[in-house]
Amino acid sequence: MTGDFERLSVTNLSRHYGRRKALSRVSFTCDAGDVVGLLGPNGAGKSTLLSILGTLLAPSEGTVEYGAHTADQGGAGLRARIGMLGHDLFLYPELTAHENLVFFGRMYGLTDAPARAMRALERAGLGERAHDAVSGFSRGMRQRVALERALLHQPRLLLLDEPFTGLDQASTSALVARLREEQARGVLIILATHDLDIVDGLLTRELFLRNGRLLAIAGGEGPLRDRYRAAVAAS
Amino acid sequence: MSRLNQIELALAGLMLAAAPWVINAAPYESTMGLVQKIFYFHMPSAWLFLIAAIVSGVASAIFLFGKKKNADGWALAAAELAVVFGIITLVTGPLWARKAWGIWWVWDARLTSSLILWMIFVAYLLLRRYGGPGSDKLGAGMALFGLANVPFIFVSVNVWRTLHPQTSVVPTLPVQMGGPLWFCVFAFLLLFLALLSMRARLERHRMRIEDLYLAEDEA
Amino acid sequence: MRNFFRVAFLVVRKDMMVEARSLEVLSTTLFFALTVVLVFAFGLVREGRPVDDVAAAILWIATAFSGTLALGRTFERERQADTLRALLLAPADRPAIYAGKLAGMLLLMGLVELVLVPLVGLLFQAPIFNYPWTLVALLVTGTTGFAAVGTLFAAMLVRARSRDVMLPILLYPITVPVMIAGVRGTAAIFQSTPDEPLARFWVALLVFFDVVFVTLALWTFEPVMTE
Repeated sequence: MTGDFERLSVTNLSRHYGRRKALSRVSFTCDAGDVVGLLGPNGAGKSTLLSILGTLLAPSEGTVEYGAHTADQGGAGLRARIGMLGHDLFLYPELTAHENLVFFGRMYGLTDAPARAMRALERAGLGERAHDAVSGFSRGMRQRVALERALLHQPRLLLLDEPFTGLDQASTSALVARLREEQARGVLIILATHDLDIVDGLLTRELFLRNGRLLAIAGGEGPLRDRYRAAVAAS
Repeated sequence: MSRLNQIELALAGLMLAAAPWVINAAPYESTMGLVQKIFYFHMPSAWLFLIAAIVSGVASAIFLFGKKKNADGWALAAAELAVVFGIITLVTGPLWARKAWGIWWVWDARLTSSLILWMIFVAYLLLRRYGGPGSDKLGAGMALFGLANVPFIFVSVNVWRTLHPQTSVVPTLPVQMGGPLWFCVFAFLLLFLALLSMRARLERHRMRIEDLYLAEDEA
Repeated sequence: MRNFFRVAFLVVRKDMMVEARSLEVLSTTLFFALTVVLVFAFGLVREGRPVDDVAAAILWIATAFSGTLALGRTFERERQADTLRALLLAPADRPAIYAGKLAGMLLLMGLVELVLVPLVGLLFQAPIFNYPWTLVALLVTGTTGFAAVGTLFAAMLVRARSRDVMLPILLYPITVPVMIAGVRGTAAIFQSTPDEPLARFWVALLVFFDVVFVTLALWTFEPVMTE
């Protein structure tokens, strides 16, 4: 498949806005099947990093390589392999769940968008609400539609920005289960969150970000929360 | 300030100081007399206003499409100079019109076109100042559109104007006052070049300081 | 190439669907246009009779003002759930997204003008049926020029500060030739001894303007929208 890749390599990535440094010399690599957690407090640079990885933002310095190509080289073909669940969900509130999915599906070049959209909504448990306007949905339901939107075109790279915000217990478990499914299918998942307890056990890699910098990645045993505190204390 | 800039400014300063005598020596224009002499500052300002607008537009295109970061500094510097020389043109114009034909503003093709182009560059500066982060790219788009607009502005205003009966003598370009005119043009040109390169350099230094500040933080 | 039109069509259709749900932008823009006509009428109608050329001027001013509002509202919608970024994320050609947005804007403005023109004809006794095709040509080319620049600028400003006031500040000076051509062309066919060849000259100028600026906008959309 054109634009497909197995490995994501980030080298010396920096991004500034005037004098404000959002990201500073971030480097890491990850492979298909990894679930990478971008952890850190608000303002750490997680959203900025996700935007850059999603090709929405250009880095000030450094490179991001998807397999052998950078974002510029990959172009539209690369974007077709990326799915993103933004903090603001990327859904048109006036349209129904089905219409949203069909629109974006077609934008991603899917020829069977209506059928695929229906299947996706059923799998997400929203079959009966498929033809209701998204504005009437709860946060959890909207999140589910937004996730299906991100996955409809079967991306290689899935980027999630604070996906657990405002979710109840049931929705959270459902989301975690869904992510494990995708991981098993070889999707590379990168998710930004500050809900350390929820993602403990889901992640295969942890990247701690603070003030735009990557702290020492502390692997090993023990709850995520404790390891994070240790890493922060050591920096 | 570089050596070249010092020479430019010194020379421009001397020439402008000498200008009153040079202008005085020029022949009087038949109908307007002394008042017409404002033309020797008005014309060069108008030309430099247009040149500054072109420089800004071209630099913006290089910044947007050629992705050369330094080009943005030149675009900003040229836009500021366009506004400055535009103000000089738009103030000397009405002063001339008032004394020569008794009214402050004439809706003639050239003055109106200059006003519109001037407003485009004032809008550019407002955008750069108040638009928040990322307004360098936005401004570049604006300047590019402004430049592309110049022929359209001129044609449309021109045709618009010639439909109306002339209420006063529209200034035509006098040809016999060559000497003092070129003297003033040269003086203003030196001033323009000096200011442009100094301001562009200031912008480059500002960007460099930001880079250094950011790099220092990394260490 | 076919992909370009496919994407543009998808975007227009989506915009029309969104608008059809509430008709918010259309109805508020239309009503605002009427308000503008009324306010200007008070200033320009003397002793119960309109000053010469007032009909043409008011038509285009109302179009420009209401168009600016509509542009702002349309892109404000894309800001709500950050959907403009979702569009840029898609593997679609960026210029095609611009083209789709422009087409949607033209449809909206067309609907507004459909109401505005008869209204102005009625209120100011303007002979709108004198040279109907020329009038249509002026409106189509003029609105295209205005919307072409406006759509680009409004998209540019989605993430900028002070965007509400920035749009008119940037848009009006650049679209002066459109206004001049539109008003003078319309006035030429509305006046007591109509000058149709002159109106056609203005149409030609507007066509030229449209070609140049739509092309320029298609080129600059991507570099200007990518941070």
